[in-house]
Amino acid sequence: MDWNFIIFSVVKVAVVFGVLMTMVAYSVMAERKIAAWIQDRPGPNRVAPPFVKYIPVLGPMLTRLGFFQPLADGLKSFLKEDFTPGGVKKIYFWLAPAVAVVPALMTVAVIPFGSVMGGQQMVIANLNVGILYTFGIVSLGVYGIVLAGYAANSKYPFLGGIRASAQMISYEIAMGMSVIPVLLIAGDLNLSDIITWQTSHGWLILYAPVSFVIFLVSAFAETNRTPFDFAEAEQELAGGYNVEYSSMKFAMFPMGEYAAMLASAGMMVTLFFGGWTLPFWGLDQPAQSLPMGLAHILVFLAKMLVFMVVFIWVRWMFPRFRYDQLMDLGWRRFLPLALANILITAIVLWIRS
Amino acid sequence: MEAINNLISQGAVQDVLFWVFAALTLICAILVIANPFSRSPVTSAMFLVLTIISMAGLFVLLHAFFLAAVQILVYAGAVMVLFLFVIMLLDLKEEQRRKIKLFGLVTGLIAVGGIVSVFLKALASAGNGTDAPKLEGETYALGKLLFTQYTLPFEIVSVLLLVAMVGVILLSKRKLE
Repeated sequence: MDWNFIIFSVVKVAVVFGVLMTMVAYSVMAERKIAAWIQDRPGPNRVAPPFVKYIPVLGPMLTRLGFFQPLADGLKSFLKEDFTPGGVKKIYFWLAPAVAVVPALMTVAVIPFGSVMGGQQMVIANLNVGILYTFGIVSLGVYGIVLAGYAANSKYPFLGGIRASAQMISYEIAMGMSVIPVLLIAGDLNLSDIITWQTSHGWLILYAPVSFVIFLVSAFAETNRTPFDFAEAEQELAGGYNVEYSSMKFAMFPMGEYAAMLASAGMMVTLFFGGWTLPFWGLDQPAQSLPMGLAHILVFLAKMLVFMVVFIWVRWMFPRFRYDQLMDLGWRRFLPLALANILITAIVLWIRS
Repeated sequence: MEAINNLISQGAVQDVLFWVFAALTLICAILVIANPFSRSPVTSAMFLVLTIISMAGLFVLLHAFFLAAVQILVYAGAVMVLFLFVIMLLDLKEEQRRKIKLFGLVTGLIAVGGIVSVFLKALASAGNGTDAPKLEGETYALGKLLFTQYTLPFEIVSVLLLVAMVGVILLSKRKLE
């Protein structure tokens, strides 16, 4: 560890944080736009700073795409009155939004988002227990929601918090179990090594499709997305755990949710779809030049984008489950399936070795 | 620059981090059981979470990354969430004012005594730490140790968990009686 390491790490953290936050803002925009398209309406199409209308073709086009909507949304969140209802448990009420965002941001630290650029590995922390670290941090994500529900000191948020805690624990188990075949096949916990393995053997989705399906569905449950958004279910809980929040404190919860979605999209890309590699154009080897390094990062972001669209698409295509169906799916379907998956994978690997 | 580089390579950062995490662990652990500001069980549970996380930090400083990750994954992420779940489901208003009972005090002290004696014995038999085995690539090494040298204790622990599970099923199915 030396001075260089610290400088480069700080730069990487700052850039990743900036990119992630931008992506969060534009995910919200994409969500609104895709929702609009699915429901056959135009969606956000008129917010723009005044100078934009003087740009010939690009200006109106970006405006119609809702390109400036995130700026307006963010500004609105900051300028709204930050109201603290009477009777809330103040410390937890202030703490919960932060606790909701931090784990999602921390998960990104171990995901390799590119190969090499300027002699630096494009991952913030190349941990040799990368996967376990992500699961550990993801499992902390539930505290934000639970504390928000508890702090509000009222009925509906409380129910939302209770629901979230049971739901996230249940699906964490299915999720953790689903990844074990991947580890068995790749033989490593380090995410960079898993990507390297995939460059020589092919993407892991080909070897562990069942794992991927369980992981994908569990990711929906872990990030509290429809069809598993029981913690905030508007029709049942009037908004759930975040009912009492307003202004920026409220905005932190969607921010955390979208950051968690991005993190789980990154995990899926890394674990099952070869991370920053593509099997052609020589994109599967660590980059020798700066443009190749950039290309790797773009490949990674493009793959993540696909999963983000899937996340958003599913939200507007499927109705919410019932809570007992959720528990049934998690414990009585996914857990045995994941265990059988582990056993079969282990037996196959044992026979072939 | 040179001076800072030297400091870093001599492990000054690790030392500072050790003191920070050690202090955090102890302070949070004390606040779990004797918080002068709040007797709310939720607050106690949250401080226990902080204790667990700062202990994971200590494990990281010992290069035991696997232990650190599992510590957070299992204790902070699963066990403590269940604790919170139960605390929130039970209405514990009465618990907030409850005084310490003699029975709880005695059994608690016995448990603490047992744990302390185990720790003291372990500390007395341990060296000064310089010749401790390196745990690099520790996931592999740990797995191998668990399934070769320590198979019997490992299996006994898993049977213990099985017993607990059977107990839970029995308790939740009252109709069986």
